[in-house]
Amino acid sequence: MGQLRVFAALLARDVRVARRELPFFLIRTAMQPILFVVVFGWVLPKMGFLQRGYGAALLPGILAISLALASVQAVALPMVVDFGWTREIEDRLLAPISIRLVALEKIVAGVLQGAIAAAFVLPIARLIMGPIDGLSLAHAGVILGVTLLGAAAFSGLGLLMGTGIKPEQVGMMFSVIVAPMIFFGCTYYPWQGLSVIPVMKYAVLVNPLVYVAEGMRAALTPTLPHMPLGYVLVALTALTLGFWVLGARTFEKRAIS
Amino acid sequence: MAVAAIRTRRLRKVYRTSGGAGTERPGDIVALEGLDLDVAPGEFFGLLGPNGAGKTTTLGILTTRVRPSGGEASVAGADVIRDQVGVKRRIGVVPQRPNPDRGLTVLENLLYHAAYFGIARKPALERAGRLLESIGIGDRASAKVDQLSGGQQQRLMIARALIHEPHVLFLDEPTVGLDPQARLALWEILRNLHAEGRTIVMTTHYMEEADRLCQRLAIVDRGRLLALDTPANLKARAPGGTLIELTLDGDASPAAAVAVGLPGILRAEAQRDVLRAYAERGGEAVSALVKVAEQAGRAVVNIHLAPPSLETLFLALTGRKLD
Repeated sequence: MGQLRVFAALLARDVRVARRELPFFLIRTAMQPILFVVVFGWVLPKMGFLQRGYGAALLPGILAISLALASVQAVALPMVVDFGWTREIEDRLLAPISIRLVALEKIVAGVLQGAIAAAFVLPIARLIMGPIDGLSLAHAGVILGVTLLGAAAFSGLGLLMGTGIKPEQVGMMFSVIVAPMIFFGCTYYPWQGLSVIPVMKYAVLVNPLVYVAEGMRAALTPTLPHMPLGYVLVALTALTLGFWVLGARTFEKRAIS
Repeated sequence: MAVAAIRTRRLRKVYRTSGGAGTERPGDIVALEGLDLDVAPGEFFGLLGPNGAGKTTTLGILTTRVRPSGGEASVAGADVIRDQVGVKRRIGVVPQRPNPDRGLTVLENLLYHAAYFGIARKPALERAGRLLESIGIGDRASAKVDQLSGGQQQRLMIARALIHEPHVLFLDEPTVGLDPQARLALWEILRNLHAEGRTIVMTTHYMEEADRLCQRLAIVDRGRLLALDTPANLKARAPGGTLIELTLDGDASPAAAVAVGLPGILRAEAQRDVLRAYAERGGEAVSALVKVAEQAGRAVVNIHLAPPSLETLFLALTGRKLD
């Protein structure tokens, strides 16, 4: 009971800080996906370079990127800075709560930010791209489930990266880990489409983003080809647990010498 | 009998350079080697020693931020390994380098910290207002912490460490990097807190600070306890007695050569025009030394007496200077 109250207070602190930074947060997380939507979801189709149906493949992927990036960054960046030099997190490590729950609180805050990013990008993308064949918001529960689970997996990844990476490696983290993850994450094309390159189709399965993107397809455009929802949920749950356990361990290592 | 504020037995910490568990290896750094400490409730206790002595490690263990490699330690009855949350509930910590929450304002720093400790908003607001007033930044409540000076940030750290009314307040080198005025202001705050009955444990490598503030001092070096007593008793143990310095109007060597043989003089040396002598009893030796200087054909320009100090004790215990 006592620990739960401390947890809520820690979360309230993160919400306070996030609320203050909301405009910057939205610009930071939504800019790249929206630019992508403008070019690939509107300009190129208008020019006739892309088929009309491409928007339906693109939208869930774009949502997946926004969600994943927002969650990873929300956890990883402050963690790198806090442990790397400011030691600001110290007062939370000294709060009367176990260190693992401090780590878990960071993940929950990351999930919230990922969900907000997705909720922000979805209507804007839809607006820019115009009507999308097969888009259905009827499965709100599935959409919410995939969003939360995807955000949980990527917040966990953020914890792992944020505590395992040195401050001077942050730039590398984005170009070496995040960028390939986005391009090979079945975000700009559906996973089923990779059947034309079988090696790649199975190689990309190590990429967590694939499951978020395919989960979004299953939720938003269920009539179009996508990975079975069951696989997606199992994979995301396993990834979430794995990242949490590993992330909590590295967090503890950084927190206590 | 009241529960000890601090109790450590055979406390040991080895930082592994080899990484991982297993037996210790030659390259590993032993930061603490069997430390026994007892601090009573209400005491102002100091850990004095040079950098790398093990002071910060000791504080780290007592504040649950460093895992001991051996021995035991408890704070106000809570064990630092078995009951970390209990320890955290009982302590307030002021770090060596201010680490305020920069995402929050000055007041919010205190309010959220209070919330972590389950203090309701209304009493938290009252306490925060009172604390900010008492540390002299009552008018900066809504400022961003970046707008505070270094000294103000350090005082904010003290307010934050106090808002949940801890049993024991820990301060790690709290005045490093502060200008003299800010340092004096901080000393005043600490004295007042102690007068209110608070237990304070502080590390420092400033002799003067330890001497002026602490009731009892543990002198540590290379992870071991070298001496533990009140500053006055420790100083009494300092060898060489009172230092008498005579500044002459020229070379002091001839006078020093004679002074060595005077009764009650333990040691005498010359450094250019300064005659430095250690006397068993301070005042009595002064007139004899002045006479010696005049017989050597020198006039005495200045006389300075320094009582036995922690500095000289530390030098004798470790063979090294503090800084």
